[in-house]
Amino acid sequence: MVAHPEELTALRGVCRADLEVRRDAGGLSPRADSGAKAPLSSCCVGVIAAVWLAACGAQPPAARDARRSGPATSPATASAPAARAEGAPPRGPQRIISLVPAVTEMLYAIGAGPRVVGVSSFDTYPPDVLALPKVGGLIDPDLERIITLRPDLVIVSESHTDLRAQLAGAGLSMFPHALGDLANVTRTIRALGVSTGLEPQADAVARAIDSRLDAVRSRVAGRPRPPTLLVFSRAPDALRDVFVSGGVGFLHDLLELSGGANVFGGIQREGLQATSEMMLSAAPAVIIELRYGRAITAADAERDRAAWSALSAVPAVRFGRVHVLVGDELVVPGPRVADTAERMARLLHPDAFR
Amino acid sequence: MARAAAGGLIRRRLVLTIGAFGLAAAAVCLLAPLVGSTPIRLRRVFDGSIPFAENPDAQIFFIARLPRALAGALVGAALAASGVVFQALLRNPLATPFTLGVSAGAALGAMLVITFPLQIALGGVSAVPVASFAGSLGAGGPRNTRGTAGGGAGWPQGERGGGGEQYALILFIQYIADFSQTYRTVRWLMGDLDVSGYVPILAALPFTVAAFVAFAFLPRALNLLALGPDHAAAHGVDVQRTQRLAFFSASLATGAAVSLGGPVGFIGIVVPHLVRLMVGADHRLVLPASALFGAAFLVLCDVGARSLLAPMELPVGILTAMVGGPFFLWLLIRKS
Repeated sequence: MVAHPEELTALRGVCRADLEVRRDAGGLSPRADSGAKAPLSSCCVGVIAAVWLAACGAQPPAARDARRSGPATSPATASAPAARAEGAPPRGPQRIISLVPAVTEMLYAIGAGPRVVGVSSFDTYPPDVLALPKVGGLIDPDLERIITLRPDLVIVSESHTDLRAQLAGAGLSMFPHALGDLANVTRTIRALGVSTGLEPQADAVARAIDSRLDAVRSRVAGRPRPPTLLVFSRAPDALRDVFVSGGVGFLHDLLELSGGANVFGGIQREGLQATSEMMLSAAPAVIIELRYGRAITAADAERDRAAWSALSAVPAVRFGRVHVLVGDELVVPGPRVADTAERMARLLHPDAFR
Repeated sequence: MARAAAGGLIRRRLVLTIGAFGLAAAAVCLLAPLVGSTPIRLRRVFDGSIPFAENPDAQIFFIARLPRALAGALVGAALAASGVVFQALLRNPLATPFTLGVSAGAALGAMLVITFPLQIALGGVSAVPVASFAGSLGAGGPRNTRGTAGGGAGWPQGERGGGGEQYALILFIQYIADFSQTYRTVRWLMGDLDVSGYVPILAALPFTVAAFVAFAFLPRALNLLALGPDHAAAHGVDVQRTQRLAFFSASLATGAAVSLGGPVGFIGIVVPHLVRLMVGADHRLVLPASALFGAAFLVLCDVGARSLLAPMELPVGILTAMVGGPFFLWLLIRKS
């Protein structure tokens, strides 16, 4: 296999970006003075990397197709089919890479899905993303693949400090995302609408989520709020390494909105390790455990529930109110938060849903 | 005649030393469960008229605190005694399960089982201690063969700073594990004695007992080995057999300790050296006294770990490292 000429071009563009910041994708074509200006070593590294990438066949076919239809022709070719059908000029970025699974879901929810050309290695939802090129995750973003995909908007996490500097150096636009509280979900969706030129759609999605959350809130309003322990990680077969939600973050907000009182709500942290003593003295009336990641069977969930019997003095254990919720979406602060709120509220206030 | 008198003297000193260190260890283990983030009433703890299932005070005492103190005692004793054995075996005052990489090997074995839940529970007992013992042997094994191949008595004296390969593999496992598992294994590597029950302790106990039985045969030979393998051989010590027994039993103890509490660092160096300052260099005294002092030391560190940042907790390994790190440096400077 030989490196695709466009890959080489793109990577030489990266080398030059060390020296100059440029925003237009068209500017990535080689220029006479580029070799003289760019540090030779970084150019070599770039070219070698490109050859290696191509030789390994590391790029899935989708990436190659996307690249060919991309900057070689006018940007409109790659735009959303809807915009083309209306004959309207394309608005906003047309080639988006998302390194944040929660934001990927938001992009699809607001109708920007067809513009997504790359996602993080941890993206699994919606299923469409499984076919897209993967460009690494929080700790190992693959700068070269990102640049080779020629994005015009990259969704990064606030903690991607190095990557953000590199992307800025390459002249790419970014949308930084920070983890936050529950309100941050719809706030991010709206901001995403502005950045992608899909404001009406984003606004509608945000309003739908807000109204579903409001519905849950009013369903449980006025009911006694059971002290609840929200577990988001622990050892599979024992009550060890139990990590629970503190009083900050969207998990805590979801629990409180669904009518539970977080027993560790007074600790101003997103997560903390709860020892058996802490759980015994907190005496939660309900325990909700979130399970996600690998395929989890009903038997696994039942084993998880059974492990709690060791702490029989905890009211939730004694009165059979330990619940295991299964689903990857539970820990994603994305458009599916309303589903989670409804599931939690049903566990906390079964009477309200009769 | 003089020899018998010396024997009587050492027996008296042994009784005195074990008595004093044993009392201190027992006192710490009894008092530790009384300390915690939650105030509990002892009268309620031992009130038989309240069913255990409805008695939070009793559960805090018997499920949260007592197993924790016992686990601390077991881990502390095993790591401190292994430290003594490794130091004598390699004739290197800086040798510990931690610096030799035996802890890292044990941690690697345990982590493999934790990350890839191979449901190979052996008759209801967790596979973690077994994996962690295998890991600790694997870490020291190459050194063992290298040492004995060169003429039987040639254990490398200056060897230190092992465990590099094991740490590399640990990092690799963390990298390929999913995010929440990585979070947990990172936490586990800091040491954690919150075992919430007696099952993990019982799982580690047979290995620890076996190791300590082996330790009981070692002190005299270790005294002679400390003067050099040739000297020991001249006094009728089967050097190779002693080295193997010492190595296997210390690895076994380390494996059991790491499987129970994670790779808690520096116990194996701080405790033996402090004990030597108190009782001298005779392994007949140093070994049992270190085990008892190690138990008390780790239980005390754990009390600190759960009360310093209350209501949150500090991983106990951070505390032992904060004490042990500077101590290790001091030893290093003093030695060179």
